[in-house]
Amino acid sequence: MEELGNLINGFSVALTGPNLVFMLVGITLGVLIGVLPGLGGANGVAILLPLTFSMNPTSAIIMLSCIYWGALFGGAITSILFNIPGEPWSVATTFDGYPMAQQGRAAQALTAAFTSSFVGALFAVMLITFLAPLLAKFALKFGPAEFFAVQLLTFCSFVGMSKEPPAKTIAAMMLGFALAAVGMDTVTGQLRMTYGFPELLKGFDFLIAVIGLFGIGEILLTMEEGLAFKGKTAKINPKVVLQTWRELPRYWRTFLRSTAIGCWMGITPGGATPASFMGYGMARRMSRDPQSFGKGEIEGVVAPETAAHAAGTSALLPMLTLGIPGSPTAAVLLGGLLIWGLQPGPMLFIEQKEFVWGLIASMYLGNIVGLIVVLTTVPWWAAILRIPFSVIAPVIIVICAIGAYTVHSAIFDVVMMLVFGVVGYLFKKLRYPLAPMVLALVLGDMAEASFRQAMLLSQGSLSIFWSNGLVGGIVTLALTLLAWPLWTGLKSWLRAREAHYRLGGVR
Amino acid sequence: MTQEMEATHGDAAASVGSRWPEVAVAGSLLAIAVMVIVDSLRVGIGWADDGPMSGYFPFYIGLMLMASSGFILLSVFLGWKKVNPVFADREQLSGVFAMLIPMIVYVVAVTLIGIYLASAALIGYFMRRHGKFGWLSTAAVSVGVPVVFFLVFERWFLVPLPKGPIENMLGF
Amino acid sequence: MAKTCSTLRLLTASAALLLAPFSQQALAWEPTKPVEFVVPAGTGGGADQMARFIQGVVAKNNLMKQPIVVVNKSGGAGAEGFLDVKGDKGNPHKIVITLSNLFTTPLATGVPFNWRDMTPVSMLALDQFVLWVNEESPHKTAKAYLDAIKAQPDKTFKMGGTGSKQEDQIITVMLEKAAGKKLTYVPFKGGGDVAVQLVGKHIDSTVNNPIEAESHWRAGKLRPLCVMDKAKMPYTAKLTATMSWQDIPTCASAGLPVDYLMLRGIFMPPGVSQDQVAYYIDLFKKIRALPEWKEFMEKGAFNQTALSGQEFVDWLGKNEQMHRVLMKEAGFIAQ
Repeated sequence: MEELGNLINGFSVALTGPNLVFMLVGITLGVLIGVLPGLGGANGVAILLPLTFSMNPTSAIIMLSCIYWGALFGGAITSILFNIPGEPWSVATTFDGYPMAQQGRAAQALTAAFTSSFVGALFAVMLITFLAPLLAKFALKFGPAEFFAVQLLTFCSFVGMSKEPPAKTIAAMMLGFALAAVGMDTVTGQLRMTYGFPELLKGFDFLIAVIGLFGIGEILLTMEEGLAFKGKTAKINPKVVLQTWRELPRYWRTFLRSTAIGCWMGITPGGATPASFMGYGMARRMSRDPQSFGKGEIEGVVAPETAAHAAGTSALLPMLTLGIPGSPTAAVLLGGLLIWGLQPGPMLFIEQKEFVWGLIASMYLGNIVGLIVVLTTVPWWAAILRIPFSVIAPVIIVICAIGAYTVHSAIFDVVMMLVFGVVGYLFKKLRYPLAPMVLALVLGDMAEASFRQAMLLSQGSLSIFWSNGLVGGIVTLALTLLAWPLWTGLKSWLRAREAHYRLGGVR
Repeated sequence: MTQEMEATHGDAAASVGSRWPEVAVAGSLLAIAVMVIVDSLRVGIGWADDGPMSGYFPFYIGLMLMASSGFILLSVFLGWKKVNPVFADREQLSGVFAMLIPMIVYVVAVTLIGIYLASAALIGYFMRRHGKFGWLSTAAVSVGVPVVFFLVFERWFLVPLPKGPIENMLGF
Repeated sequence: MAKTCSTLRLLTASAALLLAPFSQQALAWEPTKPVEFVVPAGTGGGADQMARFIQGVVAKNNLMKQPIVVVNKSGGAGAEGFLDVKGDKGNPHKIVITLSNLFTTPLATGVPFNWRDMTPVSMLALDQFVLWVNEESPHKTAKAYLDAIKAQPDKTFKMGGTGSKQEDQIITVMLEKAAGKKLTYVPFKGGGDVAVQLVGKHIDSTVNNPIEAESHWRAGKLRPLCVMDKAKMPYTAKLTATMSWQDIPTCASAGLPVDYLMLRGIFMPPGVSQDQVAYYIDLFKKIRALPEWKEFMEKGAFNQTALSGQEFVDWLGKNEQMHRVLMKEAGFIAQ
């Protein structure tokens, strides 16, 4: 129980009056960063950095890391209200969060999202507290083959029977993969499909695509229905928070499953975005009523948010112990550490004990402070939906344009956003599913790179994917998940045919 | 949702069929597939002795995209006379274009005069045209929002956004 | 004029801070808005770490009235960042930090840019490359490792590195030439990932920069075999029980004639004025004089060569030629 003693020590470091104020500042700023798709953790750090020079390193990194917590919380807000993912990991939250908002249940969706984020993070921090050395060792087991296995698993857990026509599902997915391949091939350094345009060198960014497909596409769809947001009648009542809380314990299985997925993905480090997709996919798989997903099912908000936040939190572990950042925001924290002369890596836990445990303690506190901050603002966020559409629509377009521009500071990306917006509208109307396309876009180049790295290691032999228990287990699980819907689909089709014949072929 | 619309807006005169949009989308996908395949052939689609080459995966992705979009095209053509589900009625489409055209103008304007003035114009246009707001509130919102964005991004978060000649003249 | 002022300013650094408004007048030009610091590489890598460190110390020591904003533009092996700087003609509020991709990316991809398309400001330092193996590896010296490579068939040993057709792979090719055998080169996204892959024994060796592997070395997970410079590194502080950076032999002395250093330098867009360049030369001179910088150099075991002006231009020309030759031999040049 050495960890417990360390943690209590950590609390005594972190739990001072000024530190609590710094946390509040960091969280508030982080929420703002999460809400505006154009801002990332780097910007937050840029503002606060000059402030931190008058503090001790622990206070400084507590404030900077609270930006991170805030951003994780804040990403869900615009996803739910406007179908615009503020951060990449909140894309899966739009699937059910936005329909909930349209049904006037924005406050419930926000409460569920924030609470799930909190639960996911809390479990992840506990894991870090007690199992840090063990987990760091586990992360080392991940070579290219294992990474590919996890990416395959993410994909297979999400792809299943969809309501859309199969040809269109495949077309959308392949389009996602094709777009992901544009730009430089990381393995050979060759340029692919750029056709000489320097704008295409950097490839198609995931965030720009989702801002267009979801945000702009949704505005165009809304215009069909006339100038109104359907969420206009949202009840704004602080009691909603408590009512939603009463509902949430019912989903304890989802919480647990998503936490496990998130921690796994954070530590390996697979990232928060794939974790959120996997969390959502598994919840739909395991649900007794998978048809309700995508139509405003609260479990569809709980699952991805829990997984994303658990992954986001546990991603700090490989950053601290191995020096590999799990996300751009984590990379910025890494930069923060360096300015303070703290070199992340295996020695950090030994040489800078007080700092590390102060930081871990601040993860507990930062999340509690964060939850309180965001929950108190739920009614206000929901109230945004009452603003007339003729005002909010152009403002959303402006926010989307800023968000697309700031990813690479390129006007070309704003044009691409518009193109993706039209594509999103057409796809929605013609029943091409967007989710497989987005997933293919986010996983495509990662999975291809890991696969080819693995092939280099094995000199072209596929047996590397069954070369040890870990990678073999994941790959087998993934393939089983892929085959499962085919099997059940076949079974139900056979049964339907049987019934059809029994009824004498009468329809 | 599409089904509901088929039922409620079955009237062919007031609506646009989804045949042509289907052809346009599947046709574009087919074109993309061809581009993907052509470039994959350039970088090599083989499986070298140390794993797949640069074009290996894109090539098969291109083929599958070609097959699926070709299938969609074919099924549209085969059912050309028989099925033409409603894409949207004319009223709905005019709503969509009422949004899409200003958006295109906006993006062009951003490249020419920067994001701040373009945003003010966009918000102002919408509030007057669709919201029927008074001049005073229109002016307040359409100027206020870009100013807030300017303060948040340029001043506070130090993120430079696209600016045009007028901002340059003012020394930003 | 700016040059004489700057020496004076260095001598009276503390006074200058107090009398900031007066001393600033002595300079012909200074930034009037935030300076964008382009990093043509991803977050967390060596160039990114250095840029963010500079951003921090400039703010901390009040070296500039305007803040520095770090922007990562890593697309197309850094081509995105370099093209951005090249295209922003005459903008004095933009600087870019370089790594070897300044030379390698245009050669390997044919993307049209060259260091001559930008304005060289100054060289900050040169980054070292060290040959690393896992601590549990049976190869205790560079010579032993080289002999093992020679004794086995082609592609038995796996070398991990950052990116494709860039510095790490060039060094690997040089190593292959010395050994007369092929290695399997596996490209990863960043230097941190490469080091972790070696700790996890998924690969046999790496050529990580010191800062990327230092922590794993001190934790007893990695073992340095040799440094790819003409002389040993000058840092004598003991990092493990028995070794300091200085105790790492040069590769040449171990029978591995490989010598490669990576530029950490600063460039500006083309078409900026002499005064503007002088301002940044002066700024980086001040940064290099800071105790924090010295500490940073020691932690990363950098080669502290620093050049500016004509000397820097000459160095760039020579280094570009060297890369052209190396990459041509390796067959990395785009048609």
